[in-house]
Amino acid sequence: MSNPIAHWSPVGQERAKEVLGQYPEKRSAVMPLLYLASIEHAFVSDEAMREVAELTGITPAQVQSVASFYSMFKRESVGRYLVSVCTSISCHLLGGDQVFGAVEDASGVQHGATGDDGTFTVEHVECIGACGGAPAVQVNYELVEGVTPDKAKALIAWLKDTAPEVVLADEMQHLFGGQRSFDWGPTEAEGAVGPVPAFGPFGSAKEGR
Amino acid sequence: MTERILTARMDAHPSDSNTIARYEDTGGYQALRKALTSMAPQDVIDEVKSSNMRGRGGAGFPTGVKWGFLADASPRYLVVNCDESEPGTFNDRQLTERDPHQLLEGIIVSSYALGVDHAFVYIRGEYPKAARRLMAAVKEAESAGYLGDDILGSGFSLTVTLHLGGGAYICGEETALLNSLEGRRGEPRLKPPFPAIEGLYAKPTIVNNVESISNIPWITMNGGAAYAAIGPERSAGTKMMSISGHVKRPGNHEIVMGMTWRDFIYDLGGGIRDDKELKCWIPGGASSPWFVPSVHLDTPLTIDDVAANGSMIGAGAVVVMDETTNVVAAAHSIVRFFAHESCGQCTPCREGTSWLQDILERILSGKGRTQDLDLMLDVSDNISPGLTWPPAMTTICPLGPSATAPVASIMRWFRPEVEAMIGEKAAHV
Repeated sequence: MSNPIAHWSPVGQERAKEVLGQYPEKRSAVMPLLYLASIEHAFVSDEAMREVAELTGITPAQVQSVASFYSMFKRESVGRYLVSVCTSISCHLLGGDQVFGAVEDASGVQHGATGDDGTFTVEHVECIGACGGAPAVQVNYELVEGVTPDKAKALIAWLKDTAPEVVLADEMQHLFGGQRSFDWGPTEAEGAVGPVPAFGPFGSAKEGR
Repeated sequence: MTERILTARMDAHPSDSNTIARYEDTGGYQALRKALTSMAPQDVIDEVKSSNMRGRGGAGFPTGVKWGFLADASPRYLVVNCDESEPGTFNDRQLTERDPHQLLEGIIVSSYALGVDHAFVYIRGEYPKAARRLMAAVKEAESAGYLGDDILGSGFSLTVTLHLGGGAYICGEETALLNSLEGRRGEPRLKPPFPAIEGLYAKPTIVNNVESISNIPWITMNGGAAYAAIGPERSAGTKMMSISGHVKRPGNHEIVMGMTWRDFIYDLGGGIRDDKELKCWIPGGASSPWFVPSVHLDTPLTIDDVAANGSMIGAGAVVVMDETTNVVAAAHSIVRFFAHESCGQCTPCREGTSWLQDILERILSGKGRTQDLDLMLDVSDNISPGLTWPPAMTTICPLGPSATAPVASIMRWFRPEVEAMIGEKAAHV
């Protein structure tokens, strides 16, 4: 049998193999494989869905039905920094809508869109579980809590100017955050490279500065 | 004085409560040793039953009773629900990030009790730090012999797999979660069969919330009776409560239930920001009908007292609104959430939630019509006939009825305010 992901990075192929071995049934690997595929292809392309289908023994249509259900599988190209602003109830009450407006203004990108230079994709999202640190923002799913419109603008400018390879929650919180939901505990060395959750098995986490 | 079961370690040791060294130093993994060396699986189940702990994920069903339903077939699975997504809730995130070994020991002891050799943790995709911390804990526990093959020489073996969600609130519903874990769309299943009979891969499965499982080590060490002795009889133990919105001190609190809402909001929450007046609060997450100070401020915070007042404590998410709050805009934020998160299977929810969002947007834009008020209630009634709580259901799961809670709440408590916005020219969105 041919290897449908022979063109993936060696790390990506290794992780795909690990992920497939984690479940009693291969189909359960669809979601983690879609995350891995979106690192390899920069988003969940049609080709990515065909590859995941072959790996899991289901049809591309079945993979597409899964990919289209979940908001974190992006089916179009995403910018280097995915900026997600929460506007659910607690963030709404404390100015999340204004923070979102500030992010749109500072980045020049509207909800759901990606800027021409590929730096930012901007979205308002539903609750991200940071209500005690409202309003909250995530960059490549790394969290900043207690953000004001001015701090949000500064965050966008900082991402543009310093172009960090690894997005670190603690660093952003220190520079642009305020009230937190709770003490986060020790500072983390790991952060996100690219707009996929930075979690070891998916290969997007990397140690930062 | 307050009993602390879940948060004492993280508060005392903020710099390293997530590490195995600190966990072992503070009594960690002793419950696992006790269970494996001196308790039969059924003994653990009996302690959980006698603890009277009610499931912390929202429905409040007794965990021990749920365990008792697990069918006697093999393989069987334990799935831990860390898909915390209810607006207002952020306490499972804290338990997972700050004390992952407590959760993991709970998983291992529970798996032993339930005869499970493969457990899964479904973590919401927006919680990468929680996933990283729990993964680090899994690796530490494997190295220490608490996880893997032949744990502590007992013959009991366990694999724990962490699974990351994709940003769908509905996957917090246990059967939607199982579909998602199987690599399908996160659509809730018709029940029965319940997961304890046919769950993951149609095998007997227990789905428990992070907070419920995090209590298992303590219950195993101290006994179910000791847990049951804490707090009111039918709201036993401690409860993690998240408080957010217009309060001076937002955050999570591990409480013994039974205090009044006044004490919770004004003492633990620090009172209202800028010393404004309290207008209303949501007692149990976005799904729950709202409370108002003139009626509910001195009622007790227990599972049953909240239910007797027509709402629910849910996963323990209190959202406080002060006198400056535009309640129509607040209700709109919640309704939009449910419209966005509807899985689309059931017509009343798929269509009704979007209709409610449209009507609220019309009112907020100053183009509301007099008949919109009754129309909102009519649409709500079609999703959840009678607008009672707990809700009557026309849908597979409670998501649709949840969207009617903010609408019914503003029409019940603030109808004149909603009426006053009809015909207003000022746009609020």
